[in-house]
Amino acid sequence: MRRAFVKTLIDMAGVDERIYLLVGDLGYSLVEPFVEKFPRRFVNMGVAEQNMTGVATGLALCGRVVFIYSIANFPTLRCLEQIRNDICYHNVNVNIVTGGGGLTYGALGTTHHATEDIAIMRALPNMTVIAPGDPLEAGQATQASAEWPGPCYLRLGRTEEPVIHKTIPDFQIGRAIKITNGRDATLISTGGMLYNTMQAAEYLSQRGIEARVLSMPTIKPLDNEAVIAAAGETGVIITVEEHNIIGGLGSAVAEVLAELTDVNVTFKRIGVKDTFCLEVGSEAYLQKAYSLSVDDIVTTVQSLKQGRS
Amino acid sequence: MEDYKILATKIRAHVLRMTHRAGSAHVGSSLSIADILAVLYGGILRIDPNRPDWADRDRFILSKGHGSAAIYAALAERGFFPKEWLDTFYQDGSHLAGHITHHGVPGVEASTGSLGHGLPIGCGMAMAAKHDGQMHRVFIILSDGDCEEGSTWEAALFAHQHQLDNMVVIVDYNKVQGFGMVKDVLDLEPLANKWLSFGWMVSEIDGHIPEQIESALLGVPFKEKLPSCIIAHTVKGKGVSFMENQVAWHYKSPSDEQLHQALVELGVTD
Repeated sequence: MRRAFVKTLIDMAGVDERIYLLVGDLGYSLVEPFVEKFPRRFVNMGVAEQNMTGVATGLALCGRVVFIYSIANFPTLRCLEQIRNDICYHNVNVNIVTGGGGLTYGALGTTHHATEDIAIMRALPNMTVIAPGDPLEAGQATQASAEWPGPCYLRLGRTEEPVIHKTIPDFQIGRAIKITNGRDATLISTGGMLYNTMQAAEYLSQRGIEARVLSMPTIKPLDNEAVIAAAGETGVIITVEEHNIIGGLGSAVAEVLAELTDVNVTFKRIGVKDTFCLEVGSEAYLQKAYSLSVDDIVTTVQSLKQGRS
Repeated sequence: MEDYKILATKIRAHVLRMTHRAGSAHVGSSLSIADILAVLYGGILRIDPNRPDWADRDRFILSKGHGSAAIYAALAERGFFPKEWLDTFYQDGSHLAGHITHHGVPGVEASTGSLGHGLPIGCGMAMAAKHDGQMHRVFIILSDGDCEEGSTWEAALFAHQHQLDNMVVIVDYNKVQGFGMVKDVLDLEPLANKWLSFGWMVSEIDGHIPEQIESALLGVPFKEKLPSCIIAHTVKGKGVSFMENQVAWHYKSPSDEQLHQALVELGVTD
C-alpha cells in the first residue's frame, strides 16, 4: 500500500504545486522518488512529531495540501493534541499517513503495533478515517484525501500487499466497496484484513455459505446504508479489523446497528480483544495468536449461522 | 511613542472591563503583553482590517492563548470587528472564547490554549512564505509556560535548520506561571543562552518600554538566515499595582471596587 501511496502522491504533485510531503525521519527506500522530483516540497522533519503536525497546519493555513508520513503510532498518538487542536479544529487539508497499521510490524514489538489509532482518530471532529484494503484502494484513497478539503487519517500497512480487487474499485470516501454479493452473512473488513476476509469467504463458499464481503476502507464517515442493507439482506454481520475491538470498525458498525428498529441481525466483532501482544511474533503468527486468522473468521461465521438456524 | 502608550492603556482598560464583566481569569497574563501588542498592532504588523485574509499579511500568533482578552482588544481597536463585541467575551453564544479562537473572529490566525502549539504552526507559515518568495513575516508571542513545552524546542530546532529569518518570537518573560514562580517550578535560566544555543539571534528588552519594543521589532531579522527571538522582560499584571507579580491574578477576576481602582491607576475613567 505504501508504494501505491507514494506513486499516487508523485502523480498528483506533478500537477498540483500545493502538495507537500513531510516525514518524521522515516520513509527510507520508499519516498526517495518523491524527494528526487520535488525536493523543495519534501521536508524530513526529524524525530519531532509535535512540530511536524504544527508545521503541517501552518503550511495548510497558507494554502498547501500537506501529507505527513510516519509509522505506527508516531504521527497519531505521540502528537494527538496537535492533531486535535491544530489540524482538526482549524479543519485544514492535512493528511496523516501511517505505515504499519495494526500488527504489520509483528516482531518489532508492541510499541510498533497500531491497534488503537482508528478509535482515537475516529473520535476527532472533522477527521476522516481511511484504512485501505489493498494497494488499489490505497492509491485511490491517497488521491481522495488530497481532494477532500478537511483532514484525513490514512492508515496503510506494508510496502506492498497482494492486490485483492480484480479491477480498479469504485473508491469513494464514505462508501463501502462490495466485493461479493452473498446473502448468507456479511463480512465487513477494513484495512489489510481484507486479504484474510477474502480467503475466509472463498473457503465458506466452497462449503455452501455465500458471504457478502464489504471492504470498508472509510471507517469515518461510515457507509451506514451499506451496513443497514447488509443487516436486512443477510441477517448476520461480522466485522474484521486488525485493531482493538473497542472503538474501531466493529464499534462503528455496532453504533449503526444498535439504532436500527425492526431489524433482526446477529452481530460479532473480530479484532484484538483489548490487549497488547504479550508474545513476540510475525504478523501472521500474531493474527493466529489473537484470533484474527482465516480460521477464526470461518469458525465465527459458521457458529453464528448455526446459532440462527 | 505616545500613540503606543495610549493604545496600550486602551488594551489594558478593555482587558480589565472584559474580565470583570465575565468574572474570568488570566487578567495578569493579558496585562503583561499589552505594551508589546500596542507596538505590534499599532505599527509593526502589516495587516489590513478590511482584508483579514489578505495573502501577504504578516501573521501573528498568540501561543499563550489564555491572553486572548488583550488580542481581542487590540483587534477591536484596529477595526477588525466592532468594539461592542468585547462585551461578549466569555458570554453564551458569542465568538470570543477565553482562549484565543479563530472561529468567527476576523484577524485571529490560529486558535491556541494548550501551550507549545504556536511556534510549530508559525514555522509552517514561515516556511510557506519562504517558498512563495513572499515578504510576509510571522510573529509569535510565547509565555514562560510555552518555553517549558518540548514542542516549542522542536520548533526552535526546525526554524534554525530551515533558516526561517522571517519569523520572530517574542517571549513574554514575566517569570510567573500558573502555580508558582518560574524559577521555583521549572527554571528557564539562562533563557537567552538557550535560544542562542538553538541557533536564534536574541535581543533582550524591557517589554513595557515602547521605544525598546519598537526598536527590537524594527531590527528583525537581527541576522540574515537566522530566526529572531526577543526576550521581553515583563511584569505579570503590569499597570495595576495590586495585580503585579501575583500568581493569584492568573486566576482572579476584578471586583467592582478593584476594577474602579485599577482604572484609576491607569488614568482611565469608569
